[in-house]
Amino acid sequence: MEKIKKTARWMERAMNLLFLVCGLLTILFVVLITIFLLISGIPAIRDIGLGDFLFGKVWASTSAKPSYGILPFILASVYGTLGAILIGVPIGLLCAIFLAKMSPKKVSSAVRNVVDLLAGIPSVVYGLVGMIIIVPCVREIFHLPDGANLFSAILVLAVMILPSIISVSETAIGAVPKEYEEASLALGATKTETVFKVVVPAAKSGIVTAVVLGIGRAVGEAMAVMMVAGNVANMPKLFGSVRFLTTAVASEMSYSSGLQRQALFSIALVLFLFIMAINLILNVVIKKKV
Amino acid sequence: MTDTISKARKIKDTILKLMMVLSAGLICSLLLGLIGYILYRGIPHISWMLVSTKPSLLRGTVGILPNILNTLYIIIITLVIVLPLGVGAAIYLNEYAKNKKLVRVIELATETLAGIPSIIYGLVGMLLFVQFFSLGTSLMAGSLTLAIMTLPTIIRTTQESLKTVPKAYREGSLGLGAGKWYMIRTVVIPCVIDGIVTGCILSVGRVVGESAALLFTAGMANELLSVPEAVQAGNAGSTLTVAMYVYAKERGQFDVAFAVAAILLVLTFLINMSAKIAAVRLKQKRG
Repeated sequence: MEKIKKTARWMERAMNLLFLVCGLLTILFVVLITIFLLISGIPAIRDIGLGDFLFGKVWASTSAKPSYGILPFILASVYGTLGAILIGVPIGLLCAIFLAKMSPKKVSSAVRNVVDLLAGIPSVVYGLVGMIIIVPCVREIFHLPDGANLFSAILVLAVMILPSIISVSETAIGAVPKEYEEASLALGATKTETVFKVVVPAAKSGIVTAVVLGIGRAVGEAMAVMMVAGNVANMPKLFGSVRFLTTAVASEMSYSSGLQRQALFSIALVLFLFIMAINLILNVVIKKKV
Repeated sequence: MTDTISKARKIKDTILKLMMVLSAGLICSLLLGLIGYILYRGIPHISWMLVSTKPSLLRGTVGILPNILNTLYIIIITLVIVLPLGVGAAIYLNEYAKNKKLVRVIELATETLAGIPSIIYGLVGMLLFVQFFSLGTSLMAGSLTLAIMTLPTIIRTTQESLKTVPKAYREGSLGLGAGKWYMIRTVVIPCVIDGIVTGCILSVGRVVGESAALLFTAGMANELLSVPEAVQAGNAGSTLTVAMYVYAKERGQFDVAFAVAAILLVLTFLINMSAKIAAVRLKQKRG
């Protein structure tokens, strides 16, 4: 040890410290984000009152007698996410099962490429296509004055959450031990029955993870929704123009001031708490699996 | 064999199979339709003038050169910031950390960062970098925001790659009398270059596709910025995605929007391809 130069030992210590700091940075960032959101989000909630803020049905931030109720946004986010999950999960799950168990290898890898590409497409591109194709289609099919509504948003979100649902649940299904399958096949079940009654239940926790990830993505999506949901602060109706939590923040931020601006930060805080709750659920699910 | 199965079971079987094929087919046709439509609407409007000029009100022309450059600037600045931090954090987690609890907390924090939606990053970036550090709406503020956002990606890919480095390499190096930092610098880091490259590619993908986090941090300006201007505080600029959003939503210039969307699609495709190639190379090394 004595032969190692003092500078070298000093260097070792410095690098150790440096790497420790890098490691601690992620914690610092999470803390910073939480603190900044709390500091800027709480004053407006205190001014407006928690009950009026969360359960007020009217958002009129720019009127002469402003009212800041975000129930419409919360409900729109919840309904939008639920709708996207209802459409996206069955399709995604079926596709994942197909990829993992039924299709020939070559087809699987081709479809996997497709899914990866879908995952990489920027959300504004989804928004643009939704705006140009889905919105007019919805208007024509359902004879509405305007097609930019909750339903269009659900369709776009359903497509956007497909990649994460497919890839995560496919991994989970692929990880089920082959013996399970063999046992079921030996008992006389067909391949399809085996997959649906043995493999899928065994991969349950992975599939739940996929769904929760999908929920997280749908709740947090802003730009695509902004382009197709119509962006009016109504109480949500399937064929009515709605505003989500994310779009409420994004659409007024550029011209807001005073209490209105603070209320926007409070909305962001609510959204953040939603996401944290989803993360928590995810952690519990993953921990259970281990 | 099939004779032993009742008719009801057979029908159920066929229906389920059919539904699976249908959903896979639906997803493929969705992508093909999407790509076909965007290219069909976009490519006719891509011209040399579009990609080589800045928008001019006087002549009434539209150009996206500033947005292309801004995208490049933001990618480079973000990577320069996030790479040392992310690789450093991964090295700490994998090589230095002895405290299991601390590792768990750091990993939890990383997962949390990965789950936060981009609009929240945009907001916090605005509060933190634009206002608190008074960088103003600028490329720098945008890049710093994206650096925090892409940190989990870099940490995860580097960590995965670090795990593939055989323990014997480390022991051999230490046994020959190398210090830990020397060992990491000369033995471990060269082995994980491909993991780091994969992380970079994925981060570039996220940066190219990002819009919500940049709206309030990097702004919507369409001015040409030189390299020194790009790293200065207060010089705003929009990337391709943000510009596309503005052209589509606020100005209704759908031709330009589709042209940009087509360019973005091609970029996404290239990024995906390179990520695939990098992943294959990583696997070869592992196997």
